[in-house]
Amino acid sequence: MALPKYTETRYRVWHYFYITICSCVFFFLIAPLFVIFPLSFNAEEFLSFSEGMKNLDPDAFSLRWYKDMIYGTKNPWGLAAKNSFIIAIFATLGSVILGTVAALGLSSRHMPYKGLIMATLISPMIVPLIISGVAIFFFMAKAGLAATHTGIILAHIILGTPFVVITVTATLSGFDHSVTRAASSLGSDPVNTFMKITLPLILPGVISGGLFAFVTSFDEVVVVLFLAGLENTTIPIQMWTGLREQLSPTILAVATCLIILSTLILVTAELLRRRSERLRGINR
Amino acid sequence: MSSETGKILTTDGIPLEVSLKKAERKNKIKAFLLVAPLLLFLLITYIFPIGDMLMRSVDDKMVTEMLPKTFKSMEKWDGKELPPEEVFESFYLDFQKLVEEKRDGKLSTQLNYTKNGFKSILKKLRRKAKNFEEGNYKEQIMAVHKRWADVEYWRAIQRRAPAYTSQKYLKGIDMYKNEEGKIVSVEEDRRVHRILWLRTLEIAFFVTLLCFLMAYPIAHLLATLPMKYSNLLMICVLLPFWTSLLVRTASWMILLQQQGVVNDFFVMIGLVADDNRPEMMFNKTGTYVAMTQILLPFMVLPLYSVMKTISPSLMRAGKSLGGTPFVAFWKVYFPLTIPGIGAGCLLVFILAIGYYITPALVGGASGTLISNQIAFHMKSTLDWSFASAMGLMLLAGVLAIYWVYNKLVGVDNIKLG
Repeated sequence: MALPKYTETRYRVWHYFYITICSCVFFFLIAPLFVIFPLSFNAEEFLSFSEGMKNLDPDAFSLRWYKDMIYGTKNPWGLAAKNSFIIAIFATLGSVILGTVAALGLSSRHMPYKGLIMATLISPMIVPLIISGVAIFFFMAKAGLAATHTGIILAHIILGTPFVVITVTATLSGFDHSVTRAASSLGSDPVNTFMKITLPLILPGVISGGLFAFVTSFDEVVVVLFLAGLENTTIPIQMWTGLREQLSPTILAVATCLIILSTLILVTAELLRRRSERLRGINR
Repeated sequence: MSSETGKILTTDGIPLEVSLKKAERKNKIKAFLLVAPLLLFLLITYIFPIGDMLMRSVDDKMVTEMLPKTFKSMEKWDGKELPPEEVFESFYLDFQKLVEEKRDGKLSTQLNYTKNGFKSILKKLRRKAKNFEEGNYKEQIMAVHKRWADVEYWRAIQRRAPAYTSQKYLKGIDMYKNEEGKIVSVEEDRRVHRILWLRTLEIAFFVTLLCFLMAYPIAHLLATLPMKYSNLLMICVLLPFWTSLLVRTASWMILLQQQGVVNDFFVMIGLVADDNRPEMMFNKTGTYVAMTQILLPFMVLPLYSVMKTISPSLMRAGKSLGGTPFVAFWKVYFPLTIPGIGAGCLLVFILAIGYYITPALVGGASGTLISNQIAFHMKSTLDWSFASAMGLMLLAGVLAIYWVYNKLVGVDNIKLG
């Protein structure tokens, strides 16, 4: 973004003004996340920087909140983490299977009422979560699935499938259908063609849709608040309760772990996106 | 697919058009069968339950079912003077049945909603009704309390006859049906819901505006910088996007609290006095700041994907034709980004209007939105039909915006990450 030598002063000023504004916005976006890191190592029980921390005194830092997170008495985080992972993994599997199969149908040019059906399948993503929560709660209560893992998993499949449908449909839009035709002309049956030809090619899209579904489930709190009993508590529920009642540094330790997890997911998603673009021959 | 094409060519006697149509239908069914599992699943677990919300929100069968005989005999009553003996008798019979089933308490609560004063006279009737003699119930009931001789109370009962009601929807916009059946607003100082609706719209609007003003420059920067720098900066947008909503809300709670980092900074640079730290959380400020940061990536990403497709030579052409950089930007670049602006603004507005978690944690009493009210009625007052009615009003608004979004952008053009 270097400016040419002949730039007039007023444009030069404007340019630096623009760069400053952009820096401020980037700072606003990313800085709040980094406040959590140092404070989670606070040796004291306060949620602000102590004098010792400002002077980088090693005694002001400790791992006590991480210990509390893992070994603390009457600790809810262990159960919550277990539940969160079980629910998210099964919800992801369900979303990926249902969503991918539906996306295959939607991408066919023979699909009738494409717009209407697409809008219906995407609707859980658009409808405010609170309304989804109320509706799903009514259904689960009637079906006797409230306060069960199964109920929450089904609810998260509902919320996760739109992401899979969108990513897989996008991947299929650049899909060269002649390869599947070649496979069937060589005598492969449709299931075999899908497993051996189509799936490997659209896999990046499927996995990134799966990542979205996983994160949606792992981070979802509104619907779970309606559905969960004491046994089904999840990490977001525990954080929600903690933030409402007592903002303790243990929550910051958990939050740090979650930020690390989301960084890993971000890196995976980015790598997949690039691989997918390479496979589809989109060069930027 | 190819084998069917082969069949058409080899089949004799059948016109090609018919065979093609047949093949087309087969393909249609095949495609539909692939979508069917998900569609069916969503219909059962999601779309029908939303319909169930609609039923609940207008349902008013409770009183209708508790007083079947009364309402039947009331059909002939014009409501001008006291009802005839027949109505009194059937009311007595219905009521006695409810007392036997111990359901009269529910009736008195319900009727008290319609008109104050039913609770005490029903209690009194229950006590006295044990000693009633057969026949001439009108005289006997009217003797229990003078309100039973007041035609207003009988009209109030009659108003509960229909099995469906719009009352919950009217309540959602602070209106009600008065005794003459006219729809009127509640008193000025009790209009809580209108304030909430307006506040929800206001916050959603300004959050969208703030997001737009902040996202436009950085999306432009990301789209024009060389790849190696923009990839790095893109992480600043994507990391918050992938991070848990609760984590981001928690970080704002730490930053904005009175002893928090932002206030510390203000004190340090001398903007505010140490003993006079401003309250930045549990009010509208908190909601604005946190929601803007959380929704910002949803504005940046659509803007970026549109700006990425605009060739830099267009701006150069504009400048070489004599426009100043500002004119070139305003006349050439900006109009080309309008699709991205539309997509981003609608997306952020839809998300903001239904926000629940962040306002509940940092919004306090003055920064909460309509979603918080819905959750309150679902979990605390247990008035599920009212929660359903409010939810559906919100849904109607969101679907209207979604429809516009679909017309302008198309749902299949939504891009993620």
